[in-house]
Amino acid sequence: MTLIKTAVGRRSFLKSTAVAGGGMMLGFSWLASCQSKTEAEVLAMPKEWFEINSYLKIGDNGVVTIVSPNPEFGQNVRTSMPMLIAEELDVDWEKVIVEQAPYHAKKYGMQFTGGSRGIMSRWEPLRMTGATARHMLRTAAAEAWEVPVAEITTDAGVLHHKASGKSAGYGEMAAAAGKIPVPTEVKLKEVKDFKLIGTSRKNVDGKDIVTGKPMFGVDYHQEGMLFAMIEHPPAFGMTLKSVDDTAVKAMSGIKDVVTIKSYKDGYEKGGFDTNAFAEIVAIVGNSTWEVMQAKKQLKVEWQPITAYTEKIKGFRGDITEKHIPAGLESTTIHNARMAELAAKPGKIVREDGNPDAAFKNAAKIIERSYSAPFLAHNCMEPMNSFAHVQGDKVKIAAPLQIPALIIPTIAASLEIPAENIEMDITRMGGGFGRRAYSHYIVEAALISKQVNAPVKLMYTREDDMTHGIYRPTYQATYRAALDENNNLTALHVKAGGIPESPLFANRFPAGALDNYKAEEWVIDSNITIGAFRAPRSNFMAGAEQSFLDEVAEAAGKDPIQFRLDLLKRAQEKPVGEKNDYDAARYAGVLELVREKANWAEKPANVSRGVSAYFCHSTYAAHVLDMTIEAGKPVVQKVACAIDCGIVVNPDAAKNMAEGAITDGIGNALYGELTFKDGVPEKKNYDQYRMIRMSEAPKEIDVHFVQNEIKPTGMGEPPFPPIFGAMANAMYQATGKRSYRQPFLGNKQILG
Amino acid sequence: MATYKLNINGKQRQVEVAPETPMLWVLRDHLNMVGTKYGCGIAQCGACTVHLDGVAMRSCQLPVSAMKDKKITTIEGLSDNGIHPVQQAWLEHDVPQCGYCQAGQIMSAAALLKDNPNPSDSDIDVAMNGNICRCGTYTRIKAAIKTAAKMG
Ligand code: FES
Ligand code: FES
Repeated sequence: MTLIKTAVGRRSFLKSTAVAGGGMMLGFSWLASCQSKTEAEVLAMPKEWFEINSYLKIGDNGVVTIVSPNPEFGQNVRTSMPMLIAEELDVDWEKVIVEQAPYHAKKYGMQFTGGSRGIMSRWEPLRMTGATARHMLRTAAAEAWEVPVAEITTDAGVLHHKASGKSAGYGEMAAAAGKIPVPTEVKLKEVKDFKLIGTSRKNVDGKDIVTGKPMFGVDYHQEGMLFAMIEHPPAFGMTLKSVDDTAVKAMSGIKDVVTIKSYKDGYEKGGFDTNAFAEIVAIVGNSTWEVMQAKKQLKVEWQPITAYTEKIKGFRGDITEKHIPAGLESTTIHNARMAELAAKPGKIVREDGNPDAAFKNAAKIIERSYSAPFLAHNCMEPMNSFAHVQGDKVKIAAPLQIPALIIPTIAASLEIPAENIEMDITRMGGGFGRRAYSHYIVEAALISKQVNAPVKLMYTREDDMTHGIYRPTYQATYRAALDENNNLTALHVKAGGIPESPLFANRFPAGALDNYKAEEWVIDSNITIGAFRAPRSNFMAGAEQSFLDEVAEAAGKDPIQFRLDLLKRAQEKPVGEKNDYDAARYAGVLELVREKANWAEKPANVSRGVSAYFCHSTYAAHVLDMTIEAGKPVVQKVACAIDCGIVVNPDAAKNMAEGAITDGIGNALYGELTFKDGVPEKKNYDQYRMIRMSEAPKEIDVHFVQNEIKPTGMGEPPFPPIFGAMANAMYQATGKRSYRQPFLGNKQILG
Repeated sequence: MATYKLNINGKQRQVEVAPETPMLWVLRDHLNMVGTKYGCGIAQCGACTVHLDGVAMRSCQLPVSAMKDKKITTIEGLSDNGIHPVQQAWLEHDVPQCGYCQAGQIMSAAALLKDNPNPSDSDIDVAMNGNICRCGTYTRIKAAIKTAAKMG
């Protein structure tokens, strides 16, 4: 039995004053229209709602509204988080309506979508919320029936007292339950008693999505709102010089052209205030199309930036310094500089045993270098935000991943108290890390303030692609020492990037080798970079897993067995103390994928590659089967095994894995953003090649390791290892190794 | 500016806009029908797909002035309350992740099935290649199209 203090849960029991006493009406805000039921279903709605806590309202007829706290960008938390509450509340899932929480730190804690942390961080608090409410309902029934609370049981939204034969729906007891003191301790269910968790439940927003209901940031509408677009420097390393807006201001539908400065002088940026273009021009008008036309005519002069150093305040108040060089950067120069640094000694981050001696004594040394380009996030919904500044207050509605971290910036830039910011979190049309950096909200707010009107700012696709917070470009060199018996005796990795190193010094195969060395280097840049689905892992997994394949081949070993042997060593006699993975669980996904892919009996007509990786607390392994048809790689099948602990919503988790695999294959084969004199060389999808239907895997077969470990991340972990599986299968198919991503780029065929 | 009478989802609508304004923006900004999405504006992503006299078209490329006597169907008008087989199949396979591309995907799929009730894998590849899904839901989309084909 899990007895848990409700300290965390109790904070969520703050009643909101607006609805105290129940009787709350639905449809009071735009977000209430983002609830998950149709009109007819809403008609079957209760006459009265009773607020049990900030996550839960129970209607007089037993319908339950569960508020989903975290932003949704396709990871399906709007279904799986309410499932956690519903499980412990013991309510019929069919009677649950899901509503999106607005930003409210006190009520909803850290509303953070990123790092695959959603379910992991909410696992206990949300279940506690449901369990606490259930306890209050039981107490209310016990008081009404004058029986001991311990004798009250529940079943799918109904309270029972067996001895007296009494029963009542939650709706009947909801008003009384709302007045019961919040218990200080509650029991959470044993895993074996779960009824909802572990069963596949459809996306609560499915119907609204397939019928085109408004739900995204770009869909937000307020009467009298104006439309805005920005014009930002055409190149990194440039800033605003002057604007000539006379012609544009005279154009049809154009209301104003304003210049905004996103940060006050001396503002100490937070870690997610990344933004290369703090001074930009905005065009405001009556409609998107009119603003787009004006944008083409706008005359702006830009000038080069001078180098500067930024102080960045981290999560824990720690200050780091970031040096931003001047100049217009190009990919050719980046690549040359990376090769230069890769050839020099880096900063040693970890060293076990005596790797230098092991390499000196080696019978054979294998050395390979891998690299990958900058990537644009390319969320299908471009960056956008609604803002309406009125005096010292602002109303925001925007798609974003981390509301709490942009609040201080908005407050500082508008010079208003943080409490005066009201923020609705809309559904995001993709995030992938990009919407953790929500400078576009600050921009919308500053534009609204200047034009004194409600404003919806939207980036064009071109703005979105060229004003990126990109995945950095990376390089890694691996070296392996083999003795005369082909045993791996040492491994050396040296990795770096612009402007961030991708190295994880304590990940596998660290810990599995007596002699190991990890080094890194960094090159400064004025191109902005940030989190991109499984940051750093999305490169390192591909490099490391390709290299291990080459070493296995050189050692004459089966690639899966080779990895398992290393993991066995890491499990039985680990080297070093800082290894950040569980070797048994790592081996577990490899064993499961070996079985599910039927590894021993590879079909003769396919080429096969394996890869496994651990990141964001989850283990994932893939076996990819491909053929070459008319010179093109065709992915016939990907078998995938994942250990993310308990799987809350299995079919939704499978969807995530399928998406990560497809997205990863797309980025491995085609994803690339290059720069010429600071200018991003791709601006739209005619130039930036994305994976499409005909290139997607024909079949994806996802399996989960069954265990009772607390759930961990799903959005990111299946993504990094697919790069390695693709590379390894391509080698089998072509006999040639691909060391540089993208493997195909804009080339149509291999070779 | 000129006045245009439009037939959208079987209803007569009237807007006053510049002749070259693409239907995408007429729908989204002037009629507040926001199911049709902007993704690229240059006919490369399919997010803005609507039916023009039953044919799948990219609404970012359709000037309002060319809509005379044409029947426009958007995601909002594909069926009453989401009962079109493609929408039903989408729900059955729980296709969407972020969902942003899905209106366009559904409109492309519905047009495909109207012309070709029993598409092969390569027919689906050809018909759907213009619709990008960054979330990577292609395998489910393909499966859902096959299910919808069976529903007829
Ligand atoms: S917005 Fe029309 S095809 Fe992309
Ligand atoms: S579901 Fe997100 S882009 Fe397709």
